[in-house]
Amino acid sequence: MEDSLFPRSGDGRLFMDPHPDRAREFFRSKSRAMVDKTMTVSEAVRRFVKDGDYLAVGGFGTNRIPTALLHEVLRQGRKSLGLSGHTATHDFQILAAGGVIDRVDVAYVIGLEARGLSKAARKLFEEAQIEVCEWTNGALAWRYKAAVMGTPYIPARVMLGSDTFVKSAAKIVTCPYTGLKLVALPALYPDVAFIHVHRSDIYGNAQIDGISVADFDVARAAKRVILTTEEIVPTDFIRKDPTRTVITHYCVDAVCHVPYGSYPGNMPYAYFSDEEHLKEWLANDGKPETLRPFLEKYIYGTKDFAEYLELCGGEAKMEALRRKEFLE
Amino acid sequence: MSEHVKKYNAMELMICLAARFLEDGKTVVVGTGAPCAAAMLAQKTHAPNLTVFFEAGGIAPLLPTMPISVGDSRTFHKAIMASSMIDVMDACQRGVVDYCFLGGAQIDMYGNINSTVIGDFMKPRVRLPGSGGANDLASLTWRTMVITPHDKRRFVPKVDFITSPGYLTGKGAREVAGLPPGTGPYKIITNLCVMGFDEETCRMRVESLHTGVTKEDVVAATGFELIWPEHVLTSGEPTEEELEILRNEVDPMKYIIGREAV
Repeated sequence: MEDSLFPRSGDGRLFMDPHPDRAREFFRSKSRAMVDKTMTVSEAVRRFVKDGDYLAVGGFGTNRIPTALLHEVLRQGRKSLGLSGHTATHDFQILAAGGVIDRVDVAYVIGLEARGLSKAARKLFEEAQIEVCEWTNGALAWRYKAAVMGTPYIPARVMLGSDTFVKSAAKIVTCPYTGLKLVALPALYPDVAFIHVHRSDIYGNAQIDGISVADFDVARAAKRVILTTEEIVPTDFIRKDPTRTVITHYCVDAVCHVPYGSYPGNMPYAYFSDEEHLKEWLANDGKPETLRPFLEKYIYGTKDFAEYLELCGGEAKMEALRRKEFLE
Repeated sequence: MSEHVKKYNAMELMICLAARFLEDGKTVVVGTGAPCAAAMLAQKTHAPNLTVFFEAGGIAPLLPTMPISVGDSRTFHKAIMASSMIDVMDACQRGVVDYCFLGGAQIDMYGNINSTVIGDFMKPRVRLPGSGGANDLASLTWRTMVITPHDKRRFVPKVDFITSPGYLTGKGAREVAGLPPGTGPYKIITNLCVMGFDEETCRMRVESLHTGVTKEDVVAATGFELIWPEHVLTSGEPTEEELEILRNEVDPMKYIIGREAV
């Protein structure tokens, strides 16, 4: 069988510069200071998210997601954003509904896993309104890792032989030790990352309970990081058990206190996902005549996330979701 | 299909058959739905030491209910470790993971799977979610299994897009492409039959027909030519014990087994 059967380069566009020296120049100038970074969600988005930025979203689609920041991006009318679609489900649905993204590195998008598919998100693809580059969940996780390591790429053994590779921006390299054919996954340095955590101090030293998904790496790979946190804790609390620190202050630009910040997503050991509200999203996001008033009601017409939570049932709803999380 | 009074539905049958392929002491990456139910059933029957991974980072949970998402808190409930995606993918790449389960909109005779687009890539007729972790698992785990409804829309001569590699164009193609040797599709479990892959050609090969299913039923539901052994076996049926555990312990709310398989 001919080796030439398989192309050595994907034909997708590489959205982000993988060059480690340009990244080093950026990180050289980034402040490492332990200074108070607390601010409102609105201020954080205003200061750290620009039109055209490439965004990475922490958590896993409907689990530990930074909903308040995603809503605020819509409220402030950001446009032409790029996205790392690393199991992007409800997060992708929000951004697609708001029409704020124009390019995406796809591992998993438009679906909400077992819940169904977002029509608003599908429309972007089926009407060719978005530039697409294909990857896999593993590939995007390793691309973050390459950035974290400060190397231009990381070798891996996925995507080989598939159309996922053909429609990616990856290239094939030959291992200098073994002669193996490997995929060179380019480092991914997002412009800005949104991550929701269980607790952080005012400097951005943060803990995550449960699976970290890719957030250890996302926080280190991104040039700017905005945290939303269930709780602000004293630094002494962090220092008492440093084995639990997942994100360190020198990665972080803003810390926003947002209780129930993953709603309507699941927050491990805190509250379960609100399946009713997610169903309402799926029922309304398909057509402009239902999507518009829906977004108006829940996002554009609310001044902040607290108001959205109130609309969705407030404390009583959160208490019910807390009981569901604890299987009560 | 001939009339046959069954004490179980197609979904229950597929889950039971899939569970039996999971050996004790091995590792499996599962998603939500039927694969998760199959792994749980295996653990509660013949494979108590089957280690279950979820790609978002849950390792060896004691699942209290069916997860809705492969990253929700159920996937690491009382787990051995709440880890990360890269840790699970690294484990697959290192050769530690024996099985995975995949699904898709289309599958061809070599077990190549499409979960990306129907129609043209640039302006698809239907855009699907994409690989997620499927390509990684199909590339790296030792044995890929598929649980799927069996019809001509899914079993196609040529998939519109190879999201996740099966045997690609045939024997040896995975190795030429650079994929780790010794990996690839293992079993395809449908509502009609169980299929494996012919060693010489790497083409899909019928192993057993479910009770009441004929060769003609399978041929009519498949868009390509299957390999048939001289003697086709009859698939086992779920035992009383399996059904009881599946219905009362694995999926008491009938989230999965209450679904139509087709």
